[in-house]
Amino acid sequence: MSDQAVIISASPHVHSDRTSKKLMYDVLIALIPAFLVSLYVFGIGALAVTSVAIISCMLFEYVIQKYLLKTAVTITDGSALITGVLLAFNLPSSLPIWMIVIGSFIAIGVAKLSFGGLGFNIFNPALVGRVFLLVSFPVQMTMWPTPMENNTALTDAVSGATPLGIIKEELLYGSTMSQISAKIPSTMDLLLGITGGSIGEMSALALLLGGIFLIVRKVITWHIPVVMLVTMVVFTGIFWFIDPEHYANPMIHLLSGGAILGAFYMATDLVTSPMTKKGMVIFAIGIGVITVVIRLFGAYPEGASFAILIMNAFVPLINTYFKPRRFGNKIKSRMI
Amino acid sequence: MLKTFPKGGIHPPENKITAAKAIKRMSVPKTVYVPIAQHIGIPSKIIVDRKDKVEIGQVIAKSGGFVSSNIHSPVAGTVTKLDMMVDSSGYKKQCIVIRTDPKNESNLVIPDFPLKREITLSQKDILQHITDYGIVGLGGATFPSHVKLDIKNDKHVDCLIINGVECEPYLTADHRLMLEKSEEIIVGIQILMHALNIEKAVIGIENNKKDAIAVLKRATESNPRIKVSALRVKYPQGSEKQLIRAILKREVPKGGLPMDVGVIVHNVGTIFAIYQAVQHNQPLTERVVTVTGKKLNNPSNFWVKIGTPIKDLVEEVGGVPEGTRKIVNGGPMMGKAIKNTDVPITKGTSGILIISEEEASRKEPKNCIRCSQCVFVCPMGLEPHLLMNLSEKGLYERAAKEDVMTCIECGSCSYVCPSHRPLLDYIRFGKSIVKKLETSKN
Repeated sequence: MSDQAVIISASPHVHSDRTSKKLMYDVLIALIPAFLVSLYVFGIGALAVTSVAIISCMLFEYVIQKYLLKTAVTITDGSALITGVLLAFNLPSSLPIWMIVIGSFIAIGVAKLSFGGLGFNIFNPALVGRVFLLVSFPVQMTMWPTPMENNTALTDAVSGATPLGIIKEELLYGSTMSQISAKIPSTMDLLLGITGGSIGEMSALALLLGGIFLIVRKVITWHIPVVMLVTMVVFTGIFWFIDPEHYANPMIHLLSGGAILGAFYMATDLVTSPMTKKGMVIFAIGIGVITVVIRLFGAYPEGASFAILIMNAFVPLINTYFKPRRFGNKIKSRMI
Repeated sequence: MLKTFPKGGIHPPENKITAAKAIKRMSVPKTVYVPIAQHIGIPSKIIVDRKDKVEIGQVIAKSGGFVSSNIHSPVAGTVTKLDMMVDSSGYKKQCIVIRTDPKNESNLVIPDFPLKREITLSQKDILQHITDYGIVGLGGATFPSHVKLDIKNDKHVDCLIINGVECEPYLTADHRLMLEKSEEIIVGIQILMHALNIEKAVIGIENNKKDAIAVLKRATESNPRIKVSALRVKYPQGSEKQLIRAILKREVPKGGLPMDVGVIVHNVGTIFAIYQAVQHNQPLTERVVTVTGKKLNNPSNFWVKIGTPIKDLVEEVGGVPEGTRKIVNGGPMMGKAIKNTDVPITKGTSGILIISEEEASRKEPKNCIRCSQCVFVCPMGLEPHLLMNLSEKGLYERAAKEDVMTCIECGSCSYVCPSHRPLLDYIRFGKSIVKKLETSKN
C-alpha cells in the first residue's frame, strides 16, 4: 500500500455529484429566458437594473462578511448572485440606481446576513428588498416604462401602469370589466410579455419554461407553484363567476402581477419554504389566498410579494406541525 | 409497473463491474484469523487452545447464548494463537488464529455437492442443523438465523421473503450466487417453508439483474408456491422493512419485527448456507465476497474461507492500486472503512471495495440551505436535517421524540446533501446517546 494513510470515515463513502452551487446555477439558468424577454421589451434599462442589483448584492455581502462580521466570505456560492437577479426581476426597469443599491442593502444586509446568512434567513431576501422599496418609494416603484418604446433610453421612460393596476383603478372609478378589457393587454400579450410591469414578471411563457426546467432538474418540486397558482385561479374564478363585470377573469390574475414569477422563483426559495410536501401545499394555499385577498380587497393591485413574505413567517410553524409520515407509524401525523 | 417502496430512496451509480465475473475459488490461505464476534449478539466462547489440532468444520467457538452462534474452523490446521485483533468494526476483538496444515488434503476438498432435492430431515432437525452449523444472516446484519426462525406462538407467518435485492452499488456476490446456485437456493427456500409451515415465498430481485430473475423464474416454474418478484432499482430496497413494503405492501410497525406483519426475510446467501447445512451437513465456513473498485486490475467474485485476511484477497485481484485512499468492508453506502488489509473476512463480509483518492475525500460541509432533499430521500419518513441539528446541539430527548431510533442508517441523506453535510454521522451519534439514555433509565 502507498505510504499515505488510508481515510477512515463513516458510511456512506460515495456522494451524489449535486452541490449547492450547482443548484444555484440551475436557478440562474432557469431565469435566462425571462431575462431575454425583458431585454427585448425594456431594452437597456433591464440590463442596467439587473447589473446594478447583482453587483451591489455581491458587494454588500463581501463587505459585510469581511469587515463587519469578519466571517468567511461566501459570495462565490451563487446565492447573493441569485438574490441580485431576483431583486432586479421585481423592480421596474426605470428605477434610479441609488434605489436599487438601497434595495440590495436591505436584501443582503438586513434580510439575509443579520439572520445568520445563507440558510438561516426567515424571509426571502429579494422580496424583503423589493417590499422595502415599494413602501419607501411607492411612486418610482409603480412607474413602469411602456413596453417596446424607448427601449434604448435609460431613464426618461413613459409611465404605463400594469394590467392589474389599470383594473384596480378603473374599478374604483366605477367602470365594468367589459369597459376595462379594451385598456388592458390581451391574454396573448400577457403570455408573451408585451405589457407593463417589473423586469422579470413580463412573459408568463418564459417564466414557465424556466420553472419547468427547475422541476425537471429537481431543484424545486411542483407542489408550491402548482398549488399556489391553482388556488389563485379557483379563488379569483369564484368571484369572476359570480360577478364578471366587477372581477377580472382568472387568466388575467394568473398571467400578470408577478404571480408566475412568485410561484416558481420566489415562493419556492429553498431556504424560506417548508421542508415537507404536506407543508409546501399548506404554504402554497396560504400564498394563493393572501395574494387574491390583497388584489381584490387590498390597497395594492398586486399581492404576491406580501403574501409570500407573510407565509414565510409561518414556515417554522408549518415545519413543526406538518411532518412527513413516519414509516411504520399508523397514526398519520400529529396534525392531519 | 415494477414494484418498489413508495417513500424516499436514491439511485447511486450502480458500478456493478463484477456482475459478469463467475465466482472463483480463493486458494486456501496459509493462516486464518477467526474472530469470535462475527454475528450480532453474544460473542461465541472459545473451546480450543493453543497448539490444538483442528479439523475443517470443527466447532472452535461455541454459541454463547440464544442470540449467538457456533463458529467452525474454516481449515484443517493448528491453533497458533488466541489473539486480540482489529476487525472491521475498528475495535480489537478476540480472534482464533489457525495455521493451515498444507499436508492435510481435506483443505483442498471443494464443498461442491450434487444437487439434493428431497428434504429428509424433520422440522426440528432442520432448525437444529441451522443452529448447530453457525448460520447467520449473510446480507450484512449477521443476525443468527435460528433466532429469526424462532416464531413465537402468538405470531403467524404466512410469507417468506428471499432478499436478492443487493441494492448496494458495486456488490455482486448475491447476484452471482443466484445465477450459479439457483437450484440449491430453491431447495433452501423449500427447506425453510417446510420447517416453518409457510405456504408462500417471494424472491425479491432488482430489475438490474435480469439474468438472475430469468434463471430463478425458470427454476420456480413448476412450483406455484415460490414467486420471483422483479423490483424497480432503488436504494435501500435491500433493507428488510423497505423490501417487505415493496413486495407485500405491509409496513413493519415502528420498533417491530417483520414477524409482526407475518413475514420472515432471509438473504439469498443465507438460504444457500442453510441448504448446505441441512442437505450436506456443511457448517458456515466460507462465503461469496466481491472484491471490487474502479482502479483494480481484475475485480471479481470469490468463494472465500472465513478468517482469510483481506490482503490475501486483494493480492488475488492484483494488489492495492496506486493512489488508494480508502478500503471498505462492504458496499459504498453502508460498508465500514477499515484501517488496513490485515482485517479478516467474516460471515458478514459481502464485499471489499477499494476507493481511490478522488472518490475517497469528503468535501467541506456548508450551511444547510433547507432544500429538503434529505427529507425527500429518507425511506423511514424522518427529517435528517432536524435530527442532525438536535444531535449537534445535544437535544437528545427531542431527537428521540423525532424518531431518531428508527433510522436504518442507509446514508441516503448524506449521499444527496448538496451542502455535503455529514447528516448520518450526527444521527448515528445521536442514536448512540439516546440508546445509552434509554438503557440507563431501565
